[in-house]
Amino acid sequence: MNTQPKNNLGVSVQVRGLRKFFDGQEVLKGLNFDVQPGEIFVIMGPSGSGKTILLKHIIGLETPDAGEILIGGEPITAPGVMNKYRLAMVFQSSALLNSLTVGENVGLYLTEHRLKPPDEIARIVAEKLELVGLKGTENKMPSELSGGMKKRVAIARALVIEPQLILYDEPTSELDPLSAVTIADEIVRLRDRIGATSLVVTHDRDLAFGVADRLAVLHEGVILCIGKPDEVKRNPNPIIQRFLNADFKPANNKFVP
Amino acid sequence: MFRNIGEMVLMWWQTTLALALVWRQRQKIFDQLFEIGNASLLMVCILSLFIGGVLALQTGPVLADRGLTGVIGPVVGVSMCKEFAPVMMAVLIAGRIGSAMAAEIGSMRVYQEIDALRTMNINPIHYLVLPRLVAISIALPLLVLFSILIGWLGGAAVSATNPRVGVPFRAFFQTLGDTVVVGDVFNGLFKSLVFAVVIGVVSCHQGLTTIGGPRGIGRSVTKAVVNSIVLILILDYFLTRLLLYFE
Repeated sequence: MNTQPKNNLGVSVQVRGLRKFFDGQEVLKGLNFDVQPGEIFVIMGPSGSGKTILLKHIIGLETPDAGEILIGGEPITAPGVMNKYRLAMVFQSSALLNSLTVGENVGLYLTEHRLKPPDEIARIVAEKLELVGLKGTENKMPSELSGGMKKRVAIARALVIEPQLILYDEPTSELDPLSAVTIADEIVRLRDRIGATSLVVTHDRDLAFGVADRLAVLHEGVILCIGKPDEVKRNPNPIIQRFLNADFKPANNKFVP
Repeated sequence: MFRNIGEMVLMWWQTTLALALVWRQRQKIFDQLFEIGNASLLMVCILSLFIGGVLALQTGPVLADRGLTGVIGPVVGVSMCKEFAPVMMAVLIAGRIGSAMAAEIGSMRVYQEIDALRTMNINPIHYLVLPRLVAISIALPLLVLFSILIGWLGGAAVSATNPRVGVPFRAFFQTLGDTVVVGDVFNGLFKSLVFAVVIGVVSCHQGLTTIGGPRGIGRSVTKAVVNSIVLILILDYFLTRLLLYFE
């Protein structure tokens, strides 16, 4: 895995003692980890382990009940920090605006912040769509796209921001294996090309071990281990081993008559 | 309840502070205006025609029996201006447009589109609430103006054709014109502006606070319509009291 990005665009992320409660139930139980600039850091864990909530904290959509998150060494709650760094998130559901065309979705950040003239925005949109293999889809509506295409549009929309930190929430969920591989390639290629720090949340073992520079395993709001893919594979923790080696065995399937 | 009221007041205030962005959001405001006008104009015309008609039908025979045929035009005219047009149109728009606003914003919330806006540093108040609030504040008074005129026509038509009333078309409008002043029309327009803000704020707030899936969206739509109508009817009384001071 290439851990050296081509430029130093990426920012570091530090999570310190992050805790979150919902209705009195603790869903994040004092998380601590660091992500280096330009690194692909994967947070892996079963559904309901708190992965998405963790991402939402990092991008500022949720407020921690305790602990803090630092981006580029600065707490995200400090005034102006979230505007200082360019962050983007690719949602599990893609979260494209259904009332806008693909082109309008991809160019939304530039249009709303009036960062470029319309011709320039159209050129950038076409360029980003081509980059994710969706050339010429500008005028389609999101409802006309497949799940994999929507994910790629969401990535193109994130790229327009030229992010220093890009967060992926279950990027391969609901995708066929071929689309999943394309998205995984995309994640690595983007890091290598733009040097952004990438934080990927997934329960897809193939994706996690395929793209990660380092991995963390999250279980019931607790990080069980952090390390390089090989180190995580060798970790003797039975919960990690059960998660990594879970396999479908037809003979044990109680639903088979 | 008090928390919701506080959030709605805050949302209205944040939208008011963002009014400087109206020009930037003009395309979205035009889209919303078209949406509101297109969805409601025909219904407004039909409803108003019958509201004016039934007003003349209810009051006409009673007044005519007492030899007060000259009062029918003013009664229909003033009632339409000050009460029926603003209140009935606000209720209609709460049902048609308020529900659509709550459903659209609610589904955007449920399907994380609003979270996506936030991650792009796009303020949902500026992007979603401002265009809708401005558009409904323009559209509802215009629809009320239409409603007043069509209601008068409905009242005049019933007065002229119903044998128990028997006030000719021309006499109806002559007596109406002698009594109804421009201030009466503005009275109704002012009320409709307040109702428009109420519908916009309540519906957008319900949309933005939607939780859950399709059932949550359904709940938000119901709440948006019911709360809007309740607030409209309560505010109508206080606005009437307030406006009486200026007459």
